[in-house]
Amino acid sequence: MKHVIGTVAVSAALVFAPMAQAEEPIRIAFVDPLSGPLASSGELGLRHYQFAVDEINRNGGVDGGRMLEVVPFDSKASPQETVLLLRKLADEGFHYVSQGNGSSVSAAIIEAVEKNNSRNPDQTMVFLNYSAVDPALTNEKCSWWHFRFDTEVNQKTAEMTDFIADNKDLKRIYLINQDYSFGHAVGDAARSMLGEKRPDIEIVADEYHPLMKIKDFAPYIAKIKASGAQAVLTGNFGADLTLLVKAASDAGLDVDWYTYYSGLLGAVTAMGDAGVNKVYELSEWHENIDNPELAAFAGAYKEEFGDDWRYMRVKFMFGMLAQALDEVGDDPAKVAAALSGMSYDTPLGQAVMQPENHQIIMPQFVTVLSRDVPNDLEGTGIGRKTIREFPAQSAVVPTTCQMKRPG
Amino acid sequence: MSSLLILSLLNGLAYGLLLFLLSSGLTLIFSMMGVLNFAHASFYMLGAYLGFQLSAVTGFWVAIIISPILVGLIGAAVERFGLRKVHAQGHVAELLLTFGLAFLIEEVVQLVWGRSAVNFVLPQILRDPMFVLDGVAYPTYRIFMMAVALGMLAVVIVFLRTTRVGLLVQAALGLPRMVGMLGYNVPRLFTQVFAVGSALAGLAGAIGGAVLVTEPAMARELGPIVFVVVVVGGLGSVFGAFVASLIIGMVQTLAIGFDRPIYAMLGFGSPGEGGLAELWSVSLAQIAPLLPYLLLVLTLIFRPRGIAGTRDL
Repeated sequence: MKHVIGTVAVSAALVFAPMAQAEEPIRIAFVDPLSGPLASSGELGLRHYQFAVDEINRNGGVDGGRMLEVVPFDSKASPQETVLLLRKLADEGFHYVSQGNGSSVSAAIIEAVEKNNSRNPDQTMVFLNYSAVDPALTNEKCSWWHFRFDTEVNQKTAEMTDFIADNKDLKRIYLINQDYSFGHAVGDAARSMLGEKRPDIEIVADEYHPLMKIKDFAPYIAKIKASGAQAVLTGNFGADLTLLVKAASDAGLDVDWYTYYSGLLGAVTAMGDAGVNKVYELSEWHENIDNPELAAFAGAYKEEFGDDWRYMRVKFMFGMLAQALDEVGDDPAKVAAALSGMSYDTPLGQAVMQPENHQIIMPQFVTVLSRDVPNDLEGTGIGRKTIREFPAQSAVVPTTCQMKRPG
Repeated sequence: MSSLLILSLLNGLAYGLLLFLLSSGLTLIFSMMGVLNFAHASFYMLGAYLGFQLSAVTGFWVAIIISPILVGLIGAAVERFGLRKVHAQGHVAELLLTFGLAFLIEEVVQLVWGRSAVNFVLPQILRDPMFVLDGVAYPTYRIFMMAVALGMLAVVIVFLRTTRVGLLVQAALGLPRMVGMLGYNVPRLFTQVFAVGSALAGLAGAIGGAVLVTEPAMARELGPIVFVVVVVGGLGSVFGAFVASLIIGMVQTLAIGFDRPIYAMLGFGSPGEGGLAELWSVSLAQIAPLLPYLLLVLTLIFRPRGIAGTRDL
């Protein structure tokens, strides 16, 4: 019987599919590095996009049957290149632009979109940011047309320092971050928030190291050891995180690590057992959250690409975009108005696109790496385990944004 | 002496020796053939990936012996069927060939092993601490890495000084055409030197990949620094490369361990705010990665033959 239903569903899909495709798909320009050193994270993002969009299309698309289509463009991680690209996208009639790697690129997109939308009020564009977390983008540089679907540095640090503050035994913490805008944002936020929540914790160092240039972190580890720190807080990602943690484990440095990006591509593989029960991370979802819907979704992705699903926020972002398109149709100005202040029910709780600065708030989790988990990352046998949950409301932080609604 | 200083010196020594292992081969190749081999760091990466692949089958110890041999064979093939063909078109063609090769190897590595890091780990015996100094364990592999590099230095120097082939290589380093005139097969000598140089890079990769991290970006990240070692060390001098590697390793490590703002280092007080204050407040650790390149530029301007070179660049 199941068989029959399955067959009927398939043939129904075959019959109706051409009708749905009669209308042009709604195109979303995916602008991220697809060449050069950051290509691997750009391509990872692109696979996430395509998978999330496929799911929406399979379920009938948006706005009464229109399909979504992701069109990739190479930002080359360069703001200048991206500005040129944006002009081309405007000419080609793209309504939706999305990006995530590099806050300097995001800032350039915001500026280009603002310029375009004020010159061509009939041809507006909406910018969906899935990963660039410089606080400035939803504070002094905020824009009506920019929507951020990841929590920014101040939000992440507010929750992380809440978690750290509960550790009564912690007396000395070491801050080490990458020497560029993001790293400094993490360092500054951590210093001021820890100072407020736990003035008794001594920040023994506020160190900045060159971005992605250090091969051997042993000298830093010797310094951390000499400082007597019990824990290290770092926004580092990629090789800067994995080499740091590996060097620490080899030197027998026994500290806790508070991180934001230890679940990213390759990190768990590189850290291995060095990270178990030591590395804490803040994220909006992880592979051991007991939610059948999201687990099935992530499982299907793993089945298709042989790699772990990482950014659940991409799914939520497209869910919100679809909700807006269903409500108001493919009109970017109306979509922006619908997204502003939108509440969206994720399977993990409600997410809200705050109208005052277009910054999402959503539930987040502090996790620790563990071997004692049902699902692992990258086939290592090591996965993340929830230590603490934060409701969406904990991500509310003050903003300096003076939102200017057009028209 | 404080334990931080001792550890920093040891770490600098270990890093410098790894650099030396990597760049000694390029010194030979560059001095002898005049080929600025951009793919040298790619051989380092190949050594790491082959070492990773082999260690799954043969175990770590056999892998770090076979992997450099394979890389050496690949190097020999590159010289014999690539560089020798374009040699007649001059150095620019050779340079472009190695430049293209570096990208090719990187793409192939990504196709075969993927874009993220692979899990290449050392055997437990090397991970165990050799000694503990003031609470910081000093892992055995760093000592092992130093021992291998020093061993290779000894082997290369003895080979160059005492064997007949070594004497020929030395002669060809300085006057390749004269050696050819005397009836020796210089092209074959080139192939052999290229193979040995690549194998040394492969060895550095097999060890360095396990000690640091094995990922597709490792060649690109280490590529430029190798040229610094060769130029600062001086053409034709393995010993010069040795000294240059140690200087670079030490400078980088000590700059981190004994970090302070530039103004303090130069003996001035705090510059306060505004104007050039920000520039003066840059710390030593922040500029540490630039220092090797500064050294490169200064060497080229003031001492083109490097530390122990036999001729000007």
